[in-house]
Amino acid sequence: MKKQILGALALTVACSNVAVVQAQGRDNVSIVGSSTVYPFATVVAERFGRSTGFKAPKIEATGSGGGLKLFCKGVGANTPDITNASRRIKKSEYQQCQENGVTDIVEVLVGFDGIAIANSRQAPQMVLSLKEVYLALAKDVPGPDGKLIPNPYKTWREINPALPATEIEVLGPPPTSGTRDAFAELALGGGAQAIPALKHLRGLGAEQVTEIKAAMAELGLPEAVYQAHAESKGAAPKGKDIFKTIAYSVREDGAYIEAGENDNLIVQKLEANDSALGIFGYSFLEENGDKVQGSLIDGVEPDFDTIADGDYPVSRPLYFYIKAAHVGRIPGIQEYAAEFASHRAMGEDGYLTERGLIPLDEEELKQVQQDVASLKRLEM
Amino acid sequence: MSKDTFKNTELIQASLKKRYARERRFQFYGMLAVLLGFAFLFILLFDIVSKGTPAFTQKELKIAVHLDPERLGVEATADAEQLQQANYNAVIKASLREMFPEVTSRSEKRRLYRMVSIGAEYHLRDRVVAEPSLIGQTHDLWLLAHSEAAGYLKGQISRDTPEVERKVKDVQMDWLDQLRDDGRTRSVFNTLFFLEGDSREPELAGIRAALQGSFFTLAVTFLLAFPVGVFSAVYLEEFAPRNRITDLIEININNLAAVPSIVFGLLGLAVFINFFELPRSAPLVGGIVLSLMTLPTIIITSRAAIQAVSPSIREAALGVGASKLQTVFHHVLPVAMPGILTGSIIGMAQALGESAPLLMIGMVAFIMDVPGGVTDPSTVLPVQIFLWADSPERGFTEKTSAAIMVLMGFLIVMNALAIYLRRRFEVK
Repeated sequence: MKKQILGALALTVACSNVAVVQAQGRDNVSIVGSSTVYPFATVVAERFGRSTGFKAPKIEATGSGGGLKLFCKGVGANTPDITNASRRIKKSEYQQCQENGVTDIVEVLVGFDGIAIANSRQAPQMVLSLKEVYLALAKDVPGPDGKLIPNPYKTWREINPALPATEIEVLGPPPTSGTRDAFAELALGGGAQAIPALKHLRGLGAEQVTEIKAAMAELGLPEAVYQAHAESKGAAPKGKDIFKTIAYSVREDGAYIEAGENDNLIVQKLEANDSALGIFGYSFLEENGDKVQGSLIDGVEPDFDTIADGDYPVSRPLYFYIKAAHVGRIPGIQEYAAEFASHRAMGEDGYLTERGLIPLDEEELKQVQQDVASLKRLEM
Repeated sequence: MSKDTFKNTELIQASLKKRYARERRFQFYGMLAVLLGFAFLFILLFDIVSKGTPAFTQKELKIAVHLDPERLGVEATADAEQLQQANYNAVIKASLREMFPEVTSRSEKRRLYRMVSIGAEYHLRDRVVAEPSLIGQTHDLWLLAHSEAAGYLKGQISRDTPEVERKVKDVQMDWLDQLRDDGRTRSVFNTLFFLEGDSREPELAGIRAALQGSFFTLAVTFLLAFPVGVFSAVYLEEFAPRNRITDLIEININNLAAVPSIVFGLLGLAVFINFFELPRSAPLVGGIVLSLMTLPTIIITSRAAIQAVSPSIREAALGVGASKLQTVFHHVLPVAMPGILTGSIIGMAQALGESAPLLMIGMVAFIMDVPGGVTDPSTVLPVQIFLWADSPERGFTEKTSAAIMVLMGFLIVMNALAIYLRRRFEVK
């Protein structure tokens, strides 16, 4: 028995020794970030791993915000080399990176992704405008007198008599998701601009304090809201800052249901429930075209061409960020990025477009390839 | 008197009837509950098995492949390095075009190429590297079908669905029908599923990497949790004085058993990854975290097993002059061992099925390479199931169910082992 104990102890010690040695250097690229970019990044990683002598990169889906947080933690083998993002890096995140010594970041624009608002094929296709989406899903909407009130709408028909009388029930991603951020910005923010008072507020600069306060009073917002913004920002807020808080808040009374990051689950729930709508990335709509259909937004159906042309209003760019300090230390980073930016991956007929990525146009792609080759640093 | 007796028996008989009825009713409810449980289990198993079974077969297409040196860009005399780099994709595409010369438009060509898996290119490469003399010849080769084409051949996609709503289009169905009528399609056992790591192509995806990851993780868990757990139990049961401190420890161990597993994941992230700087996504960290989770289970069951050892054994050993230590190691532990092992195996089975704490320490990741040690990045089986269930490609539905079948198989084996050990314990 004693020998066994000693053996077990020795093994444990041996294991941890190996770990310490390994942590100092890595021979595979470590990637974190957006779950929207994940299906594309993994396809590239697989091809890269199979066709080159490098090990296939390891990819974790942590969400855009979670990925950047890990990425900006510092330089070293214990931090990721690349992070995927379904939105651009924020200024605050960039500063966080700088403070932690991650000074050289290379930004790579990958392509575009549409966000579909879809329902079951058993039900008729929905025809919505951005304004209707905003009125259905925002936390506060302007009431009859123009003042903001908690969202009173229970059914689609209350918003527009042409819409069905079904209850508003929308399944979508949680706040940690980049899809949710983009949806709030593009769909809710876009829809809110169809309301003149909100659009007016959005256009006001930080110096137009009295105008902002007047616009806020018109919307029934107390002055405390302005003070709170000024405090959290540490400077006079712009009209746009206040607009964002109003327009980007999603209602919390049960009409919007957070369905987790699993888009397949949303598709399954839509199949079972004819009256519900779901919010997810275009690639899932494409894979499940026999089960769900995308709603027309402002008269445009989400498909490959409308998203690529920018006609479909709810589409956003996808990025990944490279930690330049790791290039040359950890093998394969730049080669992986080059594979991602190559014509056969990201090009118009590339294997990523088969998976639902909306590609860049030829000139943009050339620019991206040059930036990857020269590791052009991001300045903010 | 006799009248009274008669009345009493009548009374008793009436109440007896009631009691019997009550008992029958209770039995009926019990049976109903059991049946309901079985019905749910049956539905679940039926659903998983019927969805998962097709994943164990794979479809292959017989294509006349002409290994044209010009298209490959290498001669038969080329060295291994050059053979690795040759353009096998072009050869497969050209061979498909030759088999279906009527295909001319660009979009139709793309559909044609999509019938064969991208893995076929790499399989062909490996074959040619092993046998360079194939270059320049034409052979009928069995190439792996794309998961969508395989879905049609397996009867999962029907022609009755309107064409716009399905990924396999009418022309592709015609080509596949033609190949099938010519005897150029076949089903083979899906060995890739057991030999390969994860892939984004459903037809290439396998559970080997996840299985190996699970093995390494559980090995670390067992090496840490078993000795620590058993010795804690022995100390607490045989040596520790009964006082407030040991009572407190006991309560805490019992509470620890009920802590949600995700909490251990957070602890692992904060302590092992952020503080000790152990690598992310490694079975080493996963194993440590899971061992923290299984420790209480092992301690509690081991203590129960040690308690169950008859005091006469201890007294007899002490009576013939054995020391306390000798009594424990020579007499008590061997008798308690089957019970301890049973508890440990159940704890390990619990750890095998766990995925929540691994989420926090980065083991939920796309990892293609099969891990070779406890510090290589890896996933585990339940995580692999989660990742596949989350993939947009339809072909992963059957893989998900198949992986669940494998995981359930392992759990059944481990639990059966636990039952076997318990039986042996009871006989003794």
